[in-house]
Amino acid sequence: MTDPSGPREIAAFALMAAGVGFDLLGCVGLVRLPDVYNRLQAGTKCVTLGTFLLLLGVILLSGLDAMGWKALLCLAFLSVTSPTAAHAIARAAHRSGVPLAPGSVLDRYAEDGEGREGPEPAGGPSGDAGEGRP
Amino acid sequence: MNAMDLLLAGLLLGAALCLWRARAGPTPADRAVCVDILGILMVGFCAVLSARTGRDLYLAVGLSWALLSFVGSLALAKHLEGRRFDD
Repeated sequence: MTDPSGPREIAAFALMAAGVGFDLLGCVGLVRLPDVYNRLQAGTKCVTLGTFLLLLGVILLSGLDAMGWKALLCLAFLSVTSPTAAHAIARAAHRSGVPLAPGSVLDRYAEDGEGREGPEPAGGPSGDAGEGRP
Repeated sequence: MNAMDLLLAGLLLGAALCLWRARAGPTPADRAVCVDILGILMVGFCAVLSARTGRDLYLAVGLSWALLSFVGSLALAKHLEGRRFDD
């Protein structure tokens, strides 16, 4: 594609420019924010939205041909996998004992006992008592 | 100069910021977050590259990159949690 000329190309290019802007904001948040959970929040949400906008721009630019269908498939995969990976990393960070930032006021996951260390004394780093597996 | 090159340069700048945090991150969880987010950024980079060149090969690369990055993030999360991979 050369420089955007028609209205559809201009709309697609605006979507993609907004996507790159969101990606950059997410990366700035990744650099600037104080602890892992804040960085995960900024990074995952902003970068996922930015990549969605980029893929929507590609779909709008090319229509539903081979490229558009691949972009749509990519968008569907990302909308499933990105929140799952972010949730797994946040839980793993909390369970591996990464402290919260000094200004944090609430830690509901620790108040719930992390689903693992309740009344039972069995612990250990590899015990899976929270899964309720017999 | 093509207008898409600006978008590619912006995405590369974001990837550089992400790699800086992966180098400077104080905990291993920071680095896992950076690997995850770099994967999503590279999917967007492949999408822009595909729109820039008009070939759908790059979107296939981005699609497989999204799936492999997801599996890698889950494996890193399991490893951080101190559990084995078949747990």
